[in-house]
Amino acid sequence: MPADKVILVEGLTKRFGDFTAVDHISFEVSRGEIFGFLGANGAGKTTAMRMLCGLSMPSSGKARVAGFDIYKENEKIKKNIGYMSQKFSLYDDLTVKENMRFYGGIYGKSDVFIKDKTKTILEQLHLTAEGDKLVGSLPLGWKQKLAFSVAIFHEPEIVFLDEPTGGVDPVTRREFWNLIYEASASGITVFVTTHYMDEAEYCKRVSIMVDGRIDALDTPANLKLILGAESMDEVFLKLARKATRVES
Amino acid sequence: MRTLKFLLQKEFRQIFRDPAILRLIFIMPIIQLMVLPWAADYEIKGIKLAVVDQDHSEYSRQLVNKITSSGYFKLTEYTSSWDASLAEVEHDRADIVLQIPPHFEKNLVKEDKASLFMAMNAINGVKANIGGAYLGMILRDYNREIRTEWIQFPRFSPEKQIEVVSSNWYNPHMNYKFFMVPGILVILLTMVGTNLTAINIVKEKEIGTIEQINVTPVKKYQFILGKLIPFWIIGLFVLSLGFIIARLVYGIIPVGSFLTIYIFAALYLLAVLGLGLLVSTYSTNQQQSMLISFFMMMIFILLGGLYTSIDSMPEWAKWITRFNPVSYFIEVMRMVVLKGSSLADIKYHLLIMTGFAIGLNGWAVVNYRKRS
Repeated sequence: MPADKVILVEGLTKRFGDFTAVDHISFEVSRGEIFGFLGANGAGKTTAMRMLCGLSMPSSGKARVAGFDIYKENEKIKKNIGYMSQKFSLYDDLTVKENMRFYGGIYGKSDVFIKDKTKTILEQLHLTAEGDKLVGSLPLGWKQKLAFSVAIFHEPEIVFLDEPTGGVDPVTRREFWNLIYEASASGITVFVTTHYMDEAEYCKRVSIMVDGRIDALDTPANLKLILGAESMDEVFLKLARKATRVES
Repeated sequence: MRTLKFLLQKEFRQIFRDPAILRLIFIMPIIQLMVLPWAADYEIKGIKLAVVDQDHSEYSRQLVNKITSSGYFKLTEYTSSWDASLAEVEHDRADIVLQIPPHFEKNLVKEDKASLFMAMNAINGVKANIGGAYLGMILRDYNREIRTEWIQFPRFSPEKQIEVVSSNWYNPHMNYKFFMVPGILVILLTMVGTNLTAINIVKEKEIGTIEQINVTPVKKYQFILGKLIPFWIIGLFVLSLGFIIARLVYGIIPVGSFLTIYIFAALYLLAVLGLGLLVSTYSTNQQQSMLISFFMMMIFILLGGLYTSIDSMPEWAKWITRFNPVSYFIEVMRMVVLKGSSLADIKYHLLIMTGFAIGLNGWAVVNYRKRS
């Protein structure tokens, strides 16, 4: 396996009864890349991502994440990835610092590491004054940025983001993407699902899922060229229109 | 070990920040222990009695006097009409009707024999039963008095009588509170163990943090221990709080040793915590887990020997009680608190509870999956 390919997927499939949520998808992601995972609701994005994170057992196919096999070395993968789900997943009844301490601690980071990293992140997010406030008392936009910072607190190789900017205003979305760029620049691979086509433009490469299959995979510029579209919006509509699955 | 430390720290912070849980831990045991033992009492007082006196004689008045002076009965109606007394029952103003027929005294004196009629309102079966038994006892007593009174020369023809003297072992004054308080404590511990644990874990499922934990290297057993240990400690704390109240309010001091009780309680808590964990793995939201816990608590309480004796249950119900961990702890509590049983006396209970703890936790661990 090439050393710079941190995610390698081959014919990955997930079936729930006779419904095939993810249908033989194959792709690779390079180190430090921002990889956009697009698709309509119910196209199978989240299911595919959950399999890569070790939350869902594949029905068939092969995949390696951070150099480890998703069937056998599931627990090793977990040490090397960060994950931010659609649901906000910090503890509302713990303070900002306590959340960081908790997540740092369960990844086995030392007290010194946790202390330094907490300070750095709070400065980066301009939240130093809010460090001892309960997370529940913060506005949603701040919480999302915080959740992202906590997801990469332990400095993983790859971070998986499942629709991280849902319900957030455009300004915060912009700031959120700046954080993603910074993470990518520091060598973290970013795997992100999104509904927003302007966000797709920020990705190095995007894949578009339709009915559980990957219908297109390329840089945003190439996709527009191939499909003769003006914008990513148009690209998406041209492909997504072929979907026969009922939105769930 | 270090991971567990972080998990426990987080759990305790959250518990102590949640006012609802704190109320449940501190206020609920106090209120339940202060109120329930006074209300949940088998002794029946103030039974409403209607007397239909159709004799109006010296004896009939003496009899009524004797009944009312016993303290168990409240004379709500004194009439000579049967219909009037029946109306009292219908309006729930009388539980028992005692009819003293005409010529009661005359028959008693002339024919050495007279009959009385007793009718009970059996809607409340317990009250009717116990009230009837009390009244029967008073009547027998009265009967004996009359007989002794009529025997003029006891020295020449002594009336043979068997007098029964009873003594209540382990609870000499038949104080029901001594009996109820240990049982209520068991129920409290069960609620803490099952409901709090189940709700706590399901809450993490609801807000999505459990998924976040599942993508971390935290091991299944670490996560489960992180959840069980705090509630295990809280359970033992509630037990201690309960014993303090039992002592201060009711003067209950276990005859046996506290060590025996705590050893069993520690094991028992493991079993019910496992049950809470199991409930949480089967439910996806807090409503579901509440309903399951509620349903189980009903069975636990009604088939646990708290209010009704297991020995008097039908055979099939006795079988169910054998699968009810509550029944073992209630029995152990009463054995140790009232009788002073030692560890050797409860070894059979300890063994079964170990089985419960292993079985329930094992089932829960198997059913808790990090990967679906």
